[in-house]
Amino acid sequence: MTRDKQHAAMIQTFADHHVITPHNTLKHAIRPTGHRDLDDPVARAEQALADLSGEFKTWMRAECDRLSAAHAAVIARGFTTVTRGELFRAAHDIKGDAPTFGFPAAGAAADSLCRIIEHAPDLEAVPADLIQHHIDAVQAIVREHNTIEKTGVAEELSSRLRAIADDYLKAANKDRPEHLDALAAPSIAP
Amino acid sequence: MYRIDFNKLRFLICDDNPHMRRILRTLLHSFGAREVYESEDGATALEMYSHYVPDIVIADWAMPIFDGLELTQMIRQPDSKGNPYAPIIMLTAHSEKRRVTMARDAGVTEFLAKPISAKALYQRIMSVVAHPRPFIKTRNFFGPDRRRNTTVAYIGPERRNGGEAEILQQPSLLDKARVSS
Repeated sequence: MTRDKQHAAMIQTFADHHVITPHNTLKHAIRPTGHRDLDDPVARAEQALADLSGEFKTWMRAECDRLSAAHAAVIARGFTTVTRGELFRAAHDIKGDAPTFGFPAAGAAADSLCRIIEHAPDLEAVPADLIQHHIDAVQAIVREHNTIEKTGVAEELSSRLRAIADDYLKAANKDRPEHLDALAAPSIAP
Repeated sequence: MYRIDFNKLRFLICDDNPHMRRILRTLLHSFGAREVYESEDGATALEMYSHYVPDIVIADWAMPIFDGLELTQMIRQPDSKGNPYAPIIMLTAHSEKRRVTMARDAGVTEFLAKPISAKALYQRIMSVVAHPRPFIKTRNFFGPDRRRNTTVAYIGPERRNGGEAEILQQPSLLDKARVSS
């Protein structure tokens, strides 16, 4: 056993690998508590998020504007590395953020758009309407949140879009089994 | 019973989305953290990593310039002058099993699939602080030990030779990602 002095790590050497045990520099942050400790940091953080929730609709509108701008750039310049990347990141951020902000159906529609961008063999060959409908759906769900999200229309809209997108992707990837596997894989998102 | 004194920890958030940075900052401050640094792309994050020497990094995957996976690979340089061992929590909207595997193989410590919750983030931080894993260095990997079970029947291509190190029994990164809320 040796010691990496620079990082204060213990090193065990084996035939084809080293096992390195770094000094636990975070140990000083662990504090034993008694049973009477009523502090609940998770509840405190949830309350802070609830206090912030008044801003979520404004944030979603900003995310929608970003998505529209990215789509406009694709229409103007076609799918380049830059325009593709920005459209993907805009949709991907909505996929991740929208459920936290109370817009789960918008997140689902954005997820469907991400799948198209990630798995279509040739983005220029994707029907323009298919992408446009996804953009429109996200915008509509956010704009009409109080009416269509609560009545289940938003969920229905995003699930139908997903079905159409999946049909297209399955046909377009019929000779690309790795993409078909990825498309069929279940999500691990909570 | 134990708790984490968040005011003794320094965090670096790396996310190109200002709203998600605000959410993360709010959560960390609510937990009690005082030192929270933010960057909006991988390149700036790497610079801040060297400058502020954070205890824990929370990184998004999809970012411009270079992404969270590349940032992880740059931090996990065993011969670097900086600290290659800092826990990295990958917080991402990617939600496919293969992404968890890619993140693990790049040296990510914990994987957290969005949507984020206060409880899931707290659990990940608790895990890296209270149960740090040893690092493994092989010809083509450097990062936290990827083995999380004691199965001796494994005969796959990456079986280690030359002795058995202690294996920490923890759920796999994928299993933890599936029950993160």
